[in-house]
Amino acid sequence: MADLLRVEGLRKTFTLGGPPWARRRVVALDGVSLALGLGRTLGLVGESGSGKSTLGRCILGLTTPDEGSVTFDGTEVASLRGRALLDFRRRVQPVFQDPWGSLDPRWTVGRSVREALDCFRIGTSADRDRRVLDLFRRVGLDPDLAGRRPTRLSGGQRQRVAIAAALASGPELIVADEPVSALDMSVQAQILNLFMDLRRDLGVASVFVTHDLGVVKHVSDEVAVMFRGRLVETGEVEEVMDRPRHDYTRALLAANPALHVLPAPRSP
Amino acid sequence: MTTLGLPAAPRRAPRPRRPGRLILLGLLALLLLAAAAAAAPWLAPWDPEEMDVIGVMGPPSAAHPFGSDVMGRDVLSRVLFALRASLLVSTSAVLLSLLVAIPLGLVAGYFGRWVDGAISRALDMILVLPAMLLAITFIAILGPGSTVAALAIAVIYLPILARVMRTGALVVTRNDYVLGARARGASHLRVLLTHVLPNALGPVIVQASILAAFALQLEAGLSFLGLGVQPPTPSLGSMLADGRDVLTQAPWVEIFPGLAIVAAVLAFTVLGEGLRQAFDPEGVAE
Repeated sequence: MADLLRVEGLRKTFTLGGPPWARRRVVALDGVSLALGLGRTLGLVGESGSGKSTLGRCILGLTTPDEGSVTFDGTEVASLRGRALLDFRRRVQPVFQDPWGSLDPRWTVGRSVREALDCFRIGTSADRDRRVLDLFRRVGLDPDLAGRRPTRLSGGQRQRVAIAAALASGPELIVADEPVSALDMSVQAQILNLFMDLRRDLGVASVFVTHDLGVVKHVSDEVAVMFRGRLVETGEVEEVMDRPRHDYTRALLAANPALHVLPAPRSP
Repeated sequence: MTTLGLPAAPRRAPRPRRPGRLILLGLLALLLLAAAAAAAPWLAPWDPEEMDVIGVMGPPSAAHPFGSDVMGRDVLSRVLFALRASLLVSTSAVLLSLLVAIPLGLVAGYFGRWVDGAISRALDMILVLPAMLLAITFIAILGPGSTVAALAIAVIYLPILARVMRTGALVVTRNDYVLGARARGASHLRVLLTHVLPNALGPVIVQASILAAFALQLEAGLSFLGLGVQPPTPSLGSMLADGRDVLTQAPWVEIFPGLAIVAAVLAFTVLGEGLRQAFDPEGVAE
């Protein structure tokens, strides 16, 4: 089966600011390769600073890697320009960690959800209005909330809005960067269940960046474990969870008491 | 209540101040002054340039409420016309400066890296020169006049306003909604205009209204030195210069233009302070 997403030999180094003689270089990605099939969910785990988010941004085409390539549906992302880049962006959408920072505080949440429709020029103005309301319903929000500003919503509601905004353009891949770690435990379960519903109903593939193995077990088909910019282990979720081969994965599993807690019941 | 022996909950943060009143007050005062200045040709009882040899240095009277100056010109009429020139120069200087500073600061803060480096270093070169010196150099090259004075003041304020804009843009750009907008297909221009500018403009407006007060003083200073508005057109600064020589014999020649400057500066400052409390409680523009 052709892969939707292929990442090969990705390398990215950041130079931290400061006077030229005291600059520090940080290797965020050090030869990362992975592949993801249509409609599959990959859980990308690792501690903070392990390069998970940088990998996510490279996949989104928002950060250019120093070396290596990200290939989406057979085309290298770094080579995309103009219309082709816009088309790629329409098909690959992000959901960020912090639902307080991912929505413009001056915009109504409806306008935030509509942004992609406006930028990609999807449908007529009336179509867009209708689609925004549909998206609100799709993520389990009252369409009446569309006229509010994000400060008037709860964290969980905001994250639902962020997910609706990511779904607006009908993406085939969603890169979710720690989408639940800023939320309360009870809200986390609701948002995770929403992600799983969307995957089932819409067939969207996703890269789910998290530091929580419990979350990975709950939502993903495959798991990739990152440690200091490298992938130390990849495989099917059960495989890795039951028979971890790398010491770091074992350490992660041992350090995660949440794995013994059953996921919250799914919302209807 | 101190149940369970726990200390009382910390008092809530002090009630927010009421910036609305300050803004209203400043705006009202400014509108009043601007209206008086704009209506000068109709409000002024006399022609500001008409001399009256008999009434030289006459004290305030019914005919000349603010008295008359060394050449027998009506001080009230001159103050009204001078206010017009001063407000025009100071506001147009600040607006002109904003027109250049906003795009420069926005681009520097948003793109960062070498774009920021190039713009910021260039602006620093203006910033190292003392304001008055820079203005006088300008005037030495281009010749005196109100347009040149406005231009000089605009150049002086360019780095200050651009820096405030840059800082705001830098902070706003770090938000995920900016990155998200890029992923949603928004062009850089669209992101700048719809996300970054509206969220970062507050402190710039605050700074601009505070600078307008300084611009008025700077313009008065230049005119006092004879480098701003050229005679016979009255200006608050040159009126002060004229009145200085007769301060003991005819203090009204000095007092009324002085009061006009104080009133205008105060109006801008009060407006700026109100705006600052409302839009920039953290004090970025300071």
